Amino acid sequence: MIKKVFLLGNPNVGKSVVFSRLTGVQVISSNYPGTTVEVLKGFMSYGQERIEVVDLPGTYSLEPSSKAEEAAVELLKSQADDAVVISVVDATNLERNLYLTLQVIEAGMRVIVCLNMCDDAVHRGVHIDAGHLEQLLGVPVVSACAITGAGIKMLISRLAESKSVSLPPLSHAARWQKIGSIIEQVQQLEHRHHTLREVLEDASLRPFPGTLIAAGVIFISFKIVRTIGEFLIANVFDPLFMRYYQPLLERLSRILGEDSFIHHVLIGDFIAGSIDFKQSLGVLTTAPYIELAMVLPYIISFYLVLSILEDVGFLPRLAMLLDNLMHRLGLHGFAIIPVLLGFGCNVPGILATRILESRRERFIAATLISIGIPCVPLQAMIFSLLGGLSGYYVAGVYLVLFSLWLILGVVLNRLLKGYSPEFLLEIPPYRIPPLGALVAKLFFRIKHFLIEAAPVVLAGVLLVNLLMYLKIFDFITGLTAPLIQGLFGLPKEAVIALVVGFFRKDVAAGMLLPLALNAKQLFIASVLLSISFPCIATFAILLKELGFRSLLKATFIMVATGLITGTLLNLTIIR
Amino acid sequence: MKARQKGKISEICGGTNLQGRMMGLGLYPGREITKLSHFALKGPVAVKVGRGVVALGHGVAAKIIVETE
Repeated sequence: MIKKVFLLGNPNVGKSVVFSRLTGVQVISSNYPGTTVEVLKGFMSYGQERIEVVDLPGTYSLEPSSKAEEAAVELLKSQADDAVVISVVDATNLERNLYLTLQVIEAGMRVIVCLNMCDDAVHRGVHIDAGHLEQLLGVPVVSACAITGAGIKMLISRLAESKSVSLPPLSHAARWQKIGSIIEQVQQLEHRHHTLREVLEDASLRPFPGTLIAAGVIFISFKIVRTIGEFLIANVFDPLFMRYYQPLLERLSRILGEDSFIHHVLIGDFIAGSIDFKQSLGVLTTAPYIELAMVLPYIISFYLVLSILEDVGFLPRLAMLLDNLMHRLGLHGFAIIPVLLGFGCNVPGILATRILESRRERFIAATLISIGIPCVPLQAMIFSLLGGLSGYYVAGVYLVLFSLWLILGVVLNRLLKGYSPEFLLEIPPYRIPPLGALVAKLFFRIKHFLIEAAPVVLAGVLLVNLLMYLKIFDFITGLTAPLIQGLFGLPKEAVIALVVGFFRKDVAAGMLLPLALNAKQLFIASVLLSISFPCIATFAILLKELGFRSLLKATFIMVATGLITGTLLNLTIIR
Repeated sequence: MKARQKGKISEICGGTNLQGRMMGLGLYPGREITKLSHFALKGPVAVKVGRGVVALGHGVAAKIIVETE
């Protein structure tokens, strides 16, 4: 009887891809260690039954060293006899992978080995005799290539053959010795000349070409994100809204009558005699426009570029290059990966801090992400607010945020007790991402964004709309006027945007449009929106990940930073 | 140890925790490794172990004693 299946393996061996293949559940997988930080569960049909499949975060050994690994090992150890462990192994690096495999076998669990990435191994001149390996290990070994789906059927059909072998636990050294002898018998290396891929892999790890390559890659990535985003807006989304959607709304507006309450809610106020998608603030006008025509194009282009960088395997190399800098902030190089994810949306970024080892690191990283890293929706709005004035203003916002990020990091590193752990990261080989997997991942992320964001945006716009109708904002603006006007030099109505920012940053930035701010005010407001309170989703995830006390601390830091920065900018910028 | 130089690990000076983690990555006394590169100002070091590449922080790298040929 099999009731449960666990997928266990080193980081970045393709467990999540195997998981997707077995269960049909789409999950994110990337070419760097630590993509999966949560324990994922799904079901697969097996004969007549549905059995549970659990995808565990990658770990190198059964002695865990980070929170994600701990979760994996704990869950595994609590299991009874009706559970099978699929030990997913990277065929291109069999030797290191076997260490964990042997540990699970020694622990007396029912094991079957899935020899993944066989195609890549052959490509690199690595030949593995799976039959012989099976004999030596005493458990079934199935060759597979999960990304194309090859070998998965075989894996399922042989699941019942999985067994536990009684092996005495070995010492570390003895285990490596055993692995050495196994490798000698089953693995043959074809001698090859260095391929271009290997030359690149090598070059990007060296300080001299590596730093240049990284700078080039980042610059080009930014360019591509902007170009694709702007292209989509100008050629796809804007025409759709203006040509097809607007006439519909105008007809609806005539039916409803301009002065009715429902008109105010659905269409909003007319700006200069007609519907203005950016400023009308109706549930049917501004809400879908912000979401679909201003933010979605950048979501698409950002995640396209990020997904390519992830799957190629560039990010761990970037982590190594930035290790030195990150150490000054009390983090190490690997923390750059949560930060980059945070540029898409702060929530997955903060979740990804689980790959970091200590609480201290996680606190610093999560705080820095929620203050200094603007998410795509906010960035898209900053582009459209400030981009029209001058590119320098946009660059200025990034510069201010980046400096803040550095200063805060250094300060936190000094103030918080504890040590900065050492950097220890496996660097995966470059891989050419299969197009299908790339597209699937992009769709998954876009779908996720639409499901998460759309209701909140609708609710946010509706709330603002109603509060304006009921003239409640006048009360709030009056209350905070001295702060907003005196310290930040913004009109008192700007406080509405900051309040709305708690729900959605993109809607908040949209609220600034009707205020007719000058360049300096827009600049300050954009910076304040980025660093002030995180949106409600980020807040919730901070609470969940860090706990209440740390959340309070982080919030205090955010408010203080916001106040200081806003005032300083107001005093120092002349125009 | 210079870039592109091979050597054999003779000792890992560190607690059991560090030794355990290194074990999992395939770094243990007696193992042959090749250094690929290192970064200035106490930056990280890239090492080839078997078929894989591991990046080590300066502090960790300093704890690995290697016999070079």
